Amino acid sequence: MSPALLALVLTLPLLGALGAVAVGRHGGPVAVAAALATLAAALWLAVRVATDGAVSIAVGHWTPPLGIRLTADGPAVLFLATTAVIMTAVVLYAVHWITGPKAGADRDGPMVHTFWALLLLLWGALNVIFVSRDLFNLYVGLELASLAAVALVGIEGRRETLAAALRYLLFALTGSLLYLLGAALLYSAHGTLDLGLLAGQLGRHPSDLLALAAMTAGLAAKTALFPFHVWLPPAHAGAPPAASAVLSALVPKASLYILLRLWFDAEPDGAGPVGPLLLGGLGAAAVLHGSLMALRQQRLKLIIAYSTVAQLGYLFLVFPLVAAAGALDPAGGDAAWRGTLFQALSHALAKAAMFLCAGLIIEAAGHDRLERLAGTARALPITLFAFGLAAISLMGLPPSGGFVAKLLLIEAAFERGAAAWALVVLLGGLLAAAYLFRPLAAAWRSPDGDAPGFAPVARRRQALPMALALAALGLGLFSAGPAELMGGLP
Amino acid sequence: MATPFDLALSLLVLVIAAFAVLGRHGFMAVVFFITFGLLLALAWLRLDAVDVALAEAAIGAGLTGVLLLVARSRLKALEPPLAPAPHPVLRAGAGVGAAAVTTGLVLAIPALPLSTGLQAEVMEQLPLTGTDNPVTAVLLNLRGWDTLLETLVLLAALLGVWTLAREIDWPGRAGRAHRTRPDGVLAQFGRVLPPLALVIGVYLVWVGGHRPGGAFQGGTVLAAAWIVTVMAGLLPAPRVDDRTLRTALLAGPVAFVVLAVAGLLADSVLVFPPDRAKLLLLGLEALLAVSIAATLAMLVFGAPEDRSGRDP
Amino acid sequence: MNLPIWMPYALCGAGLIGLGLYGLLARPQLLRRILAFNVMGAGIFLLFGALARRGEIAYADPVPQAMIITGIVVAVSATALALALIVAHAGAGGGEGLPSDTPGGGKRDERGDDDARDDAGHDRRIPGRDRRRNEREGAAR
Repeated sequence: MSPALLALVLTLPLLGALGAVAVGRHGGPVAVAAALATLAAALWLAVRVATDGAVSIAVGHWTPPLGIRLTADGPAVLFLATTAVIMTAVVLYAVHWITGPKAGADRDGPMVHTFWALLLLLWGALNVIFVSRDLFNLYVGLELASLAAVALVGIEGRRETLAAALRYLLFALTGSLLYLLGAALLYSAHGTLDLGLLAGQLGRHPSDLLALAAMTAGLAAKTALFPFHVWLPPAHAGAPPAASAVLSALVPKASLYILLRLWFDAEPDGAGPVGPLLLGGLGAAAVLHGSLMALRQQRLKLIIAYSTVAQLGYLFLVFPLVAAAGALDPAGGDAAWRGTLFQALSHALAKAAMFLCAGLIIEAAGHDRLERLAGTARALPITLFAFGLAAISLMGLPPSGGFVAKLLLIEAAFERGAAAWALVVLLGGLLAAAYLFRPLAAAWRSPDGDAPGFAPVARRRQALPMALALAALGLGLFSAGPAELMGGLP
Repeated sequence: MATPFDLALSLLVLVIAAFAVLGRHGFMAVVFFITFGLLLALAWLRLDAVDVALAEAAIGAGLTGVLLLVARSRLKALEPPLAPAPHPVLRAGAGVGAAAVTTGLVLAIPALPLSTGLQAEVMEQLPLTGTDNPVTAVLLNLRGWDTLLETLVLLAALLGVWTLAREIDWPGRAGRAHRTRPDGVLAQFGRVLPPLALVIGVYLVWVGGHRPGGAFQGGTVLAAAWIVTVMAGLLPAPRVDDRTLRTALLAGPVAFVVLAVAGLLADSVLVFPPDRAKLLLLGLEALLAVSIAATLAMLVFGAPEDRSGRDP
Repeated sequence: MNLPIWMPYALCGAGLIGLGLYGLLARPQLLRRILAFNVMGAGIFLLFGALARRGEIAYADPVPQAMIITGIVVAVSATALALALIVAHAGAGGGEGLPSDTPGGGKRDERGDDDARDDAGHDRRIPGRDRRRNEREGAAR
């Protein structure tokens, strides 16, 4: 049963994408059907894995090293389920956006012919990345995700978005090639690219170190780690909001996920203390730089995009926190491991909610400039409430998933006697409160007398970001189940 | 044992690549790049990788070269503002980084431990895979999951190209109209080459079952036949919403994904039962070749553009 | 000298990787950077293929060969998308390189057309007009 569910989670988005290309401009219903079916399969799979343990498939019954292994363990199903929830919300949001009054002229344009298929291909690629245990298969998955994501960034065809898409593509391609170089070296030295078979083998040869460095650098560029983050804000702020939600919430997590698997599943020894410290330091720099840049922005979508730079930074603190725990003390890294996964998941939900909120605000107001958002809270109360709930999670206030994440990271830092990392987490939370307060304050201001009106937005669409924000909150309220699925450091 | 030929070829490849990357003249860079690809194909032959040599010559040199030439001529017509020179610090950093990577590799290569590779394992399973060509066996069966995703990468790229069409041009014929004089060189070329390429392409797809060749190499040659026909003005490019075109684009990926889903009946994905593997692979390869040819050709034609009033 | 046949090709691959990486990062023209991307990719494939030829067995390991063919197809897909983006970017008034300032950073987004930018953006502008508009803006700055 469970292998069949896993097969469905992997193939349903791909079938949906092919169906969407086949039907041309009527792709919306196909995408909704594919999304709901994948969501059901992903949630069901998560329940099965929670009760019965991890599910593993050897593709075509060919076991590694010859074949490719797909494994849905606890962390994998958490990412699969979170992705399914976000994607479903985005698809439902986009159905109205793409056929809405503003896009009326676009009903037979290139947008409706390509958007659904690209979104579903991206989803399929993400699902592959979360379960594949083969480094080359992960490469192909990464490329599929990157090309679909880049196309979504440039989909509106304006000069700024095309430049953003190109910048993103150049970073993504450089990152992929560095990753591929590492994979080629690992295969040449070990005769396999299966993470399970590589476990315990890495670090034996000098070439392994080179491979690990190249792959880490490539994946860090794809995850927009400071200082490789310059592509992210224009790309995420320039894409249509439905795409931004997916790009910001999920796509950088895919490369980060591979990085985590590479470092903690394949357990390279001999990486030394320098690499983890460097990654952690850059992560800390990302938290501070991203937050300060977010404080300076005048447009809502750019604030949210820079916030992503900052929030991704936390995810790199796991490297020094675990390395400090030492190879002989694996239990000591558990808090850091869980904190990082909680951060990745809760940020995904909260960030997707925020971009959908921004999309609704733009639809209602016609722009997203802070100084002219006065009165938005009165026009779109549900949307602004959802934005506020998502903000709670990003700031790391209780009872959100972000709170659990930061608590665990701080706990890990103190356990390791590395209080400096805890300080970064605390400071990042304070800065998040500051940069998220600005749009909220702007929206709650009373409009001046001659302020322009707002276009109406249907309640049921405002419910979509609300659902995502509540999910981010729920991750904190009901954290025991996910925590158990995450397990300890692998 | 390396011969002087191998040393000379390696050096030549490097020099030509340096001209392509660092040279001043844009058009010559593309010419150097195509030469580079053809020399690389020769290198692949020296390394006994005939399948890769075919793929490199057809896709790496040929198709990529055509894409670069087309893009360059369109770009030139637009006369875009010159690119700002990159910051000297960035250039120095890139130089140091690139030199470090190459140095690291040069140091690591001789010391790299000799892994046995998977030749023996592949050969052992070959009778069960439905093909006699070990590369095809890995590509379509043993690691078919990679190849399935790869066909979707091609599709995603085409969709990405299509997003760039303007609304008023949608859904028109792909690319621009090609008007060539009926007695011109290209038109003559266009009449002779496609039938020849068609035969070679079909042969390559067919032969992939037991000798070097296969859906990708054959599909690329088929694409070349179509591209030449269209560029010579003998046939118009298809409309992007044409049903036949969409069928051609989707046939291979759909067959692949459906096969993958069917694997769940055996508690896996993408299972080729050994007793039916030969037939399944043959059918899959034929459909893939059609889709690869269609997708590659459409990538070269580009998004519909500027046809207002000129084309019915 | 008893150099194995794969060695010159592996070293050539290492050289191509550095060369391509440099071009990808440091060449100003987008078209040339994509060309360099292909050189770097070809270098990785050559290194991979050469290293797979090290054993004493008479034939090369088919697994890297299949991966390289996959890689070549992935590279041409990325190239096609990148080139189409480059041409469209120039058609919309962009240059043959990327603008050096990051939007939202440094000078901030004080551009006049920010509102149009967020207008759900379905007004696909006619390239020529867009370019003239951008030139005007450039002159105004």
